[in-house]
Amino acid sequence: MFKKIAIAAVAALTLSGGVAMAAGAEGHVENVDFSFQGPFGSFDQNQLQRGLQVYTEVCAACHGLRYVPLRTLADEGGPHLPEDQVRAYAAQFEIFDAELDDFRPRVETDPFPMSNLENAPDLSLMAKARAGFSGPYGTGINQLFKGMGGPEYIYSLLLGYTGEEKTEAGVTLYENTAFPGGWIAMAPPLYEDQLEFADGHSNSMEAVAEDVAAFLMWTAEPKMMARKQTGLVAVIFLSVLTVLLYLTNKRIWMPVKRKEKNV
Amino acid sequence: MIYDTIMIPTPKNLNWMWIWGIVLTFCLAMQIVTGIILVMHYTPHVDLAFASVEHIMRNVNGGHMLRYLHQNGASLFFVAVYLHIFRGLYYGSYKAPREITWIIGMLIYLLMMATAFMGYVLPWGQMSFWGATVITGLFGAIPFVGDSLQTWLLGGPAVDNATLNRFFSLHYLLPFVIAALVAVHIWAFHTTGNNNPTGVEVRRTSKEDAQKDTLPFWPYFVMKDLFALSLILVIFFAIVGFMPNYLGHPDNYIEANPLVTPSHIVPEWYFLPFYAILRAFTADVWVVMFANWITGGLIDAKFFGVLAMFGAIAVMALAPWLDTSRVRSGRYRPMFKWWFALLCVDFVVLAWVGAMPAEEPYATISLIASAYWFAYFLVILPLLGVIEKPQAAPATIEDDFKAHYGASSGAPAE
Repeated sequence: MFKKIAIAAVAALTLSGGVAMAAGAEGHVENVDFSFQGPFGSFDQNQLQRGLQVYTEVCAACHGLRYVPLRTLADEGGPHLPEDQVRAYAAQFEIFDAELDDFRPRVETDPFPMSNLENAPDLSLMAKARAGFSGPYGTGINQLFKGMGGPEYIYSLLLGYTGEEKTEAGVTLYENTAFPGGWIAMAPPLYEDQLEFADGHSNSMEAVAEDVAAFLMWTAEPKMMARKQTGLVAVIFLSVLTVLLYLTNKRIWMPVKRKEKNV
Repeated sequence: MIYDTIMIPTPKNLNWMWIWGIVLTFCLAMQIVTGIILVMHYTPHVDLAFASVEHIMRNVNGGHMLRYLHQNGASLFFVAVYLHIFRGLYYGSYKAPREITWIIGMLIYLLMMATAFMGYVLPWGQMSFWGATVITGLFGAIPFVGDSLQTWLLGGPAVDNATLNRFFSLHYLLPFVIAALVAVHIWAFHTTGNNNPTGVEVRRTSKEDAQKDTLPFWPYFVMKDLFALSLILVIFFAIVGFMPNYLGHPDNYIEANPLVTPSHIVPEWYFLPFYAILRAFTADVWVVMFANWITGGLIDAKFFGVLAMFGAIAVMALAPWLDTSRVRSGRYRPMFKWWFALLCVDFVVLAWVGAMPAEEPYATISLIASAYWFAYFLVILPLLGVIEKPQAAPATIEDDFKAHYGASSGAPAE
C-alpha cells in the first residue's frame, strides 16, 4: 500500500516541476550541452571571460546587470579575472555618487550599470527567470534531465530570429522562434564575425550565443560552483552517516528480532 | 519527565511510515534556524526586498546555501506532512482515542500552509506578488464582509508594502505557534500511546503484557528514526546542491511588478491539490448553480470555490467522526484499501491539474477529482463501516511482530 503512496509522493514532487511549464511552453528552445550542467559540471572560466566580452560589447549597450557586483568578476568559480583587470574594467563605467554629488568612475565594489533602455530588462537573473523546458504533460521530467533551460532559452532567443519584421503601433517587432508570442522588440543583436576573441575561440554566432548564455548563467547563479561542492560533500558525508546509522539500527534491533525467530 | 518522554514505551511493530514525525520536527527546527539567520540580512520593503534576497544570494557568506535550504526545506516539510497525514488516514490514527492528536495536527497543517504562503511572498518576485493577490482575493469572495476583510488583511486596497510587512511579521511568528502546537501534538499521543500498523492497542492488562508489546523509544526508535532522517537528508541535500530551483517558479526571479500579470499564475506545488479544488467549481457546474439558486445568489462560483477549498481540509479534519468502521487499521479492511489507494491517486491527479491551465480537459478532470475527494470523506468512509466485512486483526501487537519476524512465517528479517 505504502509503495503506492511513495510513488504518489514522487509523482507529486516531479509534477511540481510542471509549475514551470508556462514560461517556455510557447517558444522553441534548443538543448545545449553547457559545461556547468549536471551535478559535477563546472563553469568554463575562459567561456565566462568570452561571455563577459560579448556582454560588454553587445548586450551592455541596452541591458544592465544591476545585482552583480563588479568585484565578483575576480571570484573563483566565476570569470576569475585578475584584480587589476577588474579595476580597469570597472573604471570604464560611471556612477552617480551622492556624497560627491557628481559622477565618478566605478570601483570594484560597485555593481554593474543598470539597463540603458527602459524596455530592456535587466539581465542579472535572466538565466533563472526563464524556463526553456517543460513537460511532457506537466510532469517535469524534461526539466529533471535537461535542466530548467534558462541559458538554453537565451541561446535559442539569440539565434531564433527569422528575419521577418513588422511594425505595430510605431514599434518594430522582429519574429523570433524562441520568444513566447513569436514577436520581440529587440532587434537581432548578433551577426557573423561581430567580434574577435583574444583566445582565438570561434566567433560564429552559435559560439557567441553559447558564451554569453553561459556568462548570464554565472551572473544569475554566481555561487553555483560553491553550491555543488557543498552539495557533494553533504551527500557523501550523509551517505556514510546513513550507512553507519543503518548498521547501528540493525545491531540494536537484532536481539529483539532474533528472539522472535527462536521462539 | 524528560526521561519518561524519551523512554516512552512504543509499539514495537511500527513500520517505516512512522518516521515522518521526526522528519517534520527536524524540518521545523531547520526552518526556524535558517529563517532566523536569513532575517538578519533581509529587508521587508517593496523597493528593497527583492534586492536584499539577491544580496543574500551573492554577498552574504553561505547566504546562497541558507536560502536554498530554507526554500527547499519548505518542500521537504510538505512532502513529509502529506506522507504523515496519509499514513494517519490509512492506519486509522485519527480514530478514538486519538481525535485530539488529529485535530491538533490539522491545525498545525493549516498554520504550515499560512506560514509557507506568507514566506513565499517575502522575496517579492512576480509569483510572490500575484500569488498573494490571488489568494487574498479569495477572502474578498465572502459575501457582505469580503471586501472589508480583504482590505484589513492586506492593510490597503491592494498588495503593497503594508502587506509585505505584516506577512513578514506573521511568517516569523507562526513557526513558534507551530512549535508550541507540535509540543501539544506530541503530548497528546504520548497520553494515548502511539497507534501502530495493526491498529491494535497495547495491552494494559499488566506491566508484563505491555512490555511484550512495546520497546522503549530510546534507543530502538531513536536510531531507526535517525537512520531514516539521514537517508532523506541525502536526497534533500542532493536537490539543494544540484537543482535547488527545480521546485520553484522562474517568474519569481523577476521582481514584482503590479502592472505586469504573469501569463499563468500557479502556487507552490504543495498547494496545488487544493488550488485545483478551488478552481474546479466554475459557474457552469450544477452544484454551484444549485447553491447559487438556493441562497438567492449569495454563494456565487467564486465563493463556492473558496468554500470547497477550505471544506476539503475541513472534511479531512472531521475524518474521526465520519469513519464509522470499528476496525482501526486499513490493513484489515479489504474494501477500504482500494478506496484509499484511489484517494492517493486522486491527490496526485489534483496536484497535476492544479498546475495545468484552466481549460479542457483539465477542468473536467479537476471536477471529477474534487468530487472524489469529498465523496471519500463524506460518503465512502461512513458507508464502508456499515457494508464492509473486515478481516481479523491480530489479537496483540506481539502476535503481529512475531508473525512478521518469526521463523515460521519465513519472512526475511529487515
